[in-house]
Amino acid sequence: MGKVVYEKSKGLTDNPLSYCPGCLHGTIHKLVAESLVELEVLDRAVTVASVGCSVVAYQFFNCDAVQAAHGRAPAVATGIKRVSPDSIVFTYQGDGDLAAIGMAEIVHAAHRGENITVIFVNNGIYGMTGGQMAPTTLITQKTSTSPFGRKEATTGKPLKVSEMIAQIPSAYYIERVSAHTVPHLVKAKKAIKKAFENQIHGKGFSMVEVLSTCSIGWHMTPVESLSHVENSMMPYFPLGVYKDEGEVIS
Amino acid sequence: MKVLMKGNEAVSEAAIRAGCKAFFGYPITPQNEIPEYMSQKMEASGGCFVQAESEVAAINMIYGAATTGTRVMTSSSSPGIALKQEGISFMCAADLPCLIVSVSRSGPGLAGILPSQGDYFQATRGGGNGDYFIPVYAPNGVQEATDFVQKAFDVAEKYRTPVMVLVDGMLGQMMEPVEFKKPVINEYDKSWVVGARSGRERNVINSLNLLPESLEQTNITRFRKYDEIIANETLFESTVADGDEVAVVAYGTPARIAVNSIEELRADGIKAGLIRPITLWPFPEAAFAKLPASVKHIVVVELSQGQMVQDVKLAVGGRLPVHFYGRCGGMVFESSEIAGQVKKIVRGE
Repeated sequence: MGKVVYEKSKGLTDNPLSYCPGCLHGTIHKLVAESLVELEVLDRAVTVASVGCSVVAYQFFNCDAVQAAHGRAPAVATGIKRVSPDSIVFTYQGDGDLAAIGMAEIVHAAHRGENITVIFVNNGIYGMTGGQMAPTTLITQKTSTSPFGRKEATTGKPLKVSEMIAQIPSAYYIERVSAHTVPHLVKAKKAIKKAFENQIHGKGFSMVEVLSTCSIGWHMTPVESLSHVENSMMPYFPLGVYKDEGEVIS
Repeated sequence: MKVLMKGNEAVSEAAIRAGCKAFFGYPITPQNEIPEYMSQKMEASGGCFVQAESEVAAINMIYGAATTGTRVMTSSSSPGIALKQEGISFMCAADLPCLIVSVSRSGPGLAGILPSQGDYFQATRGGGNGDYFIPVYAPNGVQEATDFVQKAFDVAEKYRTPVMVLVDGMLGQMMEPVEFKKPVINEYDKSWVVGARSGRERNVINSLNLLPESLEQTNITRFRKYDEIIANETLFESTVADGDEVAVVAYGTPARIAVNSIEELRADGIKAGLIRPITLWPFPEAAFAKLPASVKHIVVVELSQGQMVQDVKLAVGGRLPVHFYGRCGGMVFESSEIAGQVKKIVRGE
């Protein structure tokens, strides 16, 4: 008999993933699911799904789930956590959801120091609606609503969410990681697990921003997409810990 | 024992006594005494209070807290209720119970802070997307407001729906003696809630449904629930009696004013009675089904340019003339003003 050295996390359901080929949502889901299982909190975890490609995340995380309106996941998570403090509550949001329509909700969840965990997946585009420009879209990047490339003069520069949220006094832990290579996934897993540990220990607001891909929206092959994260996104969105134990890391 | 309390504070106290364990709100005049009262009392009663960053956030916090099966409440006023419509639609779609207290001011836009009934459509038709209704109670004073707050929690849990108590700013701000009754607390099925999971299958609270066959069936099922609410929860009062020539229709504080108008009319030899819808949705169509043959005129009075009058016309179905008199912008009619209008109508002026 062989020995089981790897298996699908019990933190994921058996539903087949509906994400596009080359998309990293499935991989990031796995990191979250493994963290919940390893920390033995799966049976008291509540995921709050957002609107975007991960609108269907409730089908995949093997825990209680609530599907929120566009951008409102941190408010919904606040409501759940405040009345059910033993639940481990996390939002899973994309950059259109969190950095545009939901900016007020994420800022004020951090501002109140809500004891929740936020997984923020940044691929610089609205994937689900067909590849429109997001606040995180890079300058010159072509999308379906910036067909000539994002222009700073009319749309500003991409929002650096982790840097911004780290400045909020009551935010406890903010880190930006990436999901595009195996070594980066190891670091991303560590950050995600830490963000949940913080909640378990009642430390307050933790957010992990995960740089990710959108091969379809970017009009790239999956392999080209991984290179795009390394060569184009990472120089503008530097990886690292922006806040730890409530202290800004400069 | 009766205590003298301001409407806004009385509904807050009633909610706490009914077991409300979470309040999420945002400041807006003329309902500020509600979040203020809750900030002072909620923690001591073992509940939580959060002043949200917006009405949008507040209703979404309510959405989240409601998924755990906790009794939850928010309050706001006209433009704030407008912002909550997104969350109300989502809560209806996810079949989640909550109480929304709406203390309406005059509109549209930022407008004024004085009493108005310009939010009848907002309450009964909603502004959120999709096919849904919510039960709306329209108390005529502080006592009824506290009674309906307590009833609303029960109705919300029984049918798994948001319920609104709609008062105008006058009722929110005025003080009246009130007696807090023992709240009805029934046990309903809570197998659907999230959080505190021990051994059970995981639960999902969701409104996304991309399969048309399935979504149609979900909506039809929800409308069967609405049929039950219509059958069981519709409330009105009527003093229209055989021999009355006029039926005056009013809800909320104008119904209190209209009581005096009717006395004044009777003193002048015009027999009139009052129909007072207590639930605005479901609208009490039955109140208009069997009016005495003596009734020749229906006069609807509202603190608006005419909103409930449309429901009255639908209920009357063209059988009788339906007249309207309203004031708006924060202007409130005197009882004699309503009586004067009714006299003109009766005399054909």
